[in-house]
Amino acid sequence: MLHVLRQIARTGIKTEPRPSPATDGIEIARLQEDIRRTLGRALAIRQVDAGSCNGCELEIHALANPYYNLEGLGIRFVASPRHADMLLVTGPVSKHMAIALKRTYDATPDPKLVVAVGDCGCTGGIFGESYASLGRVANVIPVDVDVSGCPPTPTALLRGILAAVSAAPRTGQRGAGATGRESA
Amino acid sequence: MNVSPLGIAAAPIGSSVPAQRCPVGSGQLLAACRLAWEQGGRLVALWASDERDRDRGFLLRALLGDADGFTLLEHTLPDGGARYPDLSSIFPVAGRMQRTVFDLVGLECDADDQRPWLWQAAWPIDVFPLRRDFAVSPKWEPGEEDYPFVRVAGDGVHEIPVGPVHAGIIEPGHFRFQVVGEKVLRLEERLGYVHKGIEKRFETMPLAEGHRLAGRVSGDSTVAYAWAYAQAAESIAAIVVPPRALALRALCLERERIANHLGDLGYLGNDGGFAFGLSQFSRLKEDVLRANAAAFGHRFMMDAIVPGGMATDLGDDAAAALRRQCDELAREVRILRGIYDDHAGLQDRFRTCGVASTELALALGLTGLAARASGVAQDLRRDFPTPPYDRLDVRPASRDSGDVAARVAVRFDEIFESLRLIRALLDELPQGEVAVLYPPTPGERFGLGAIEGWRGPIIVALDSGAGGTIRRCHPHDPSWQNWPVVEHAVIGNIVPDFPLINKSFNLSYSGHDL
Repeated sequence: MLHVLRQIARTGIKTEPRPSPATDGIEIARLQEDIRRTLGRALAIRQVDAGSCNGCELEIHALANPYYNLEGLGIRFVASPRHADMLLVTGPVSKHMAIALKRTYDATPDPKLVVAVGDCGCTGGIFGESYASLGRVANVIPVDVDVSGCPPTPTALLRGILAAVSAAPRTGQRGAGATGRESA
Repeated sequence: MNVSPLGIAAAPIGSSVPAQRCPVGSGQLLAACRLAWEQGGRLVALWASDERDRDRGFLLRALLGDADGFTLLEHTLPDGGARYPDLSSIFPVAGRMQRTVFDLVGLECDADDQRPWLWQAAWPIDVFPLRRDFAVSPKWEPGEEDYPFVRVAGDGVHEIPVGPVHAGIIEPGHFRFQVVGEKVLRLEERLGYVHKGIEKRFETMPLAEGHRLAGRVSGDSTVAYAWAYAQAAESIAAIVVPPRALALRALCLERERIANHLGDLGYLGNDGGFAFGLSQFSRLKEDVLRANAAAFGHRFMMDAIVPGGMATDLGDDAAAALRRQCDELAREVRILRGIYDDHAGLQDRFRTCGVASTELALALGLTGLAARASGVAQDLRRDFPTPPYDRLDVRPASRDSGDVAARVAVRFDEIFESLRLIRALLDELPQGEVAVLYPPTPGERFGLGAIEGWRGPIIVALDSGAGGTIRRCHPHDPSWQNWPVVEHAVIGNIVPDFPLINKSFNLSYSGHDL
């Protein structure tokens, strides 16, 4: 136990400042306030790999490392679409995943946000459309924000998630639980 | 492999590793496989191509591997109605590959299991995407198939379906468990969800561009795939890559290995209930990715390797930074290894969990990292070292227990070995050019590439067409060999240990589904 504590102390806090408002026009404090006021809790994201090469997933994993510390922002990944406010979808959407993706979308309660991740999720990328690929995510379910890149860096992903939240209607009523908390 | 007892002629193949090709008839195909099995050989890959435009019917290819190198058996079938013998009675791993040959090329074999493998009703079952007269119809809608899973009957037996969308951030696949209480009686995998037509897509790309698609077959192995593709393309064009480029490729490959092992060690700790491990190892992995971006312009070094050499050179400052990072990583990983080894709770989860015995590994053809954890010490970097590995004397990791703990230990050992290799590469980095021009029309030939990626051997078999085109490209991931072993390794374990066992193999879905 002692060497675990020693290693934690030696490592220190690695979390970096958020992408600054000056460089991307996003006011982090305001966004956190938005998330809190609209949802009354953390933003819940369900990630769906709809056919990617797994490169985008590596960067989505990286969002959770201590440098980016996604949970510190009030954003967390959830295990079920029924718990999610946002779907983070990588592509291209393979035909074999199209039905599962639509079902995941339908299982996510309204109102919901969809972020298409990576060049393949945004345009079909190098795989394009074929007998086996339906191309971009927007060909299968409605998309709010595109995050391009092959794969997009964790910072680009963070900006895309925050852009989707800031573009969402602020007066949106997100189910009875959240509304109850808002009025309380 | 010596094929002369079979009365077969062999000719050398353009390849970076020792390889030969032999035309075989139907009986010879089976006899050659049997001979290979008796001599300790294994089936590396099986694929087919449509050669009717050249009046040669269909070509079925089986790539065998043994201590001498690779042997490519080429069996010509006169038309789509001809059948070929079942190889799965000799090499069980052939089963899924044979089913895929039918799904994509439409050649039937004499096996009992005639279920589709990659096909999931997205296109009609009687048209075959890799035939040259294949035409897509806009009328085809994604469909649902009723896949006949094998069921276990008995008092108290129930079934747990998992996937394709999983609870975590991982690739899609379906697992069907037959369970009594907590205990797994049987697991059956159903893959193919991320089939996106990669092999067909290759045929629309110029030969000199195919490395980009190869680098996206499985994103976590982009360096290994791009290098294997480049090897195949370079042997087709018979060009010699500058020594500096080869050293930089190996540097990238070892860094890819380290990054993936660090990530896996973090998640294995986390799946064992030790979140400290995830935050520590994911921090170190991020350090590696950032240094990659600084040195090669991309966090995963995608598109750094091109046919003919490297797309970018490594500056002196970047080389010095990579060198310093070796020392830092060695220090940190040594501390974390001590913590993992001393953690009773973690070791309790790791040991005797998800065992793949040496016997099972040999019978089913387990390969790569997982094989080295089951007492089967294969490693292309040592067995057939191509430059620069010929001067590095790679010492493969080896463990015998075949459990999660062994696969953890192999990852730790391989990180330290890769750090040693990186230091050696940086100490003697050759000077000079990093690329030669890849010729626009190198001619119509066959080339083979084989690289020991972090997961295991990555194979790229490439046929060039006229005018610098790709006629056929078959990338083969070691996950084909290892997925069936996972089904065996979980038997008798409890359901909650499956994520840990699965993670300890960490196999590719995209690389398998193509």
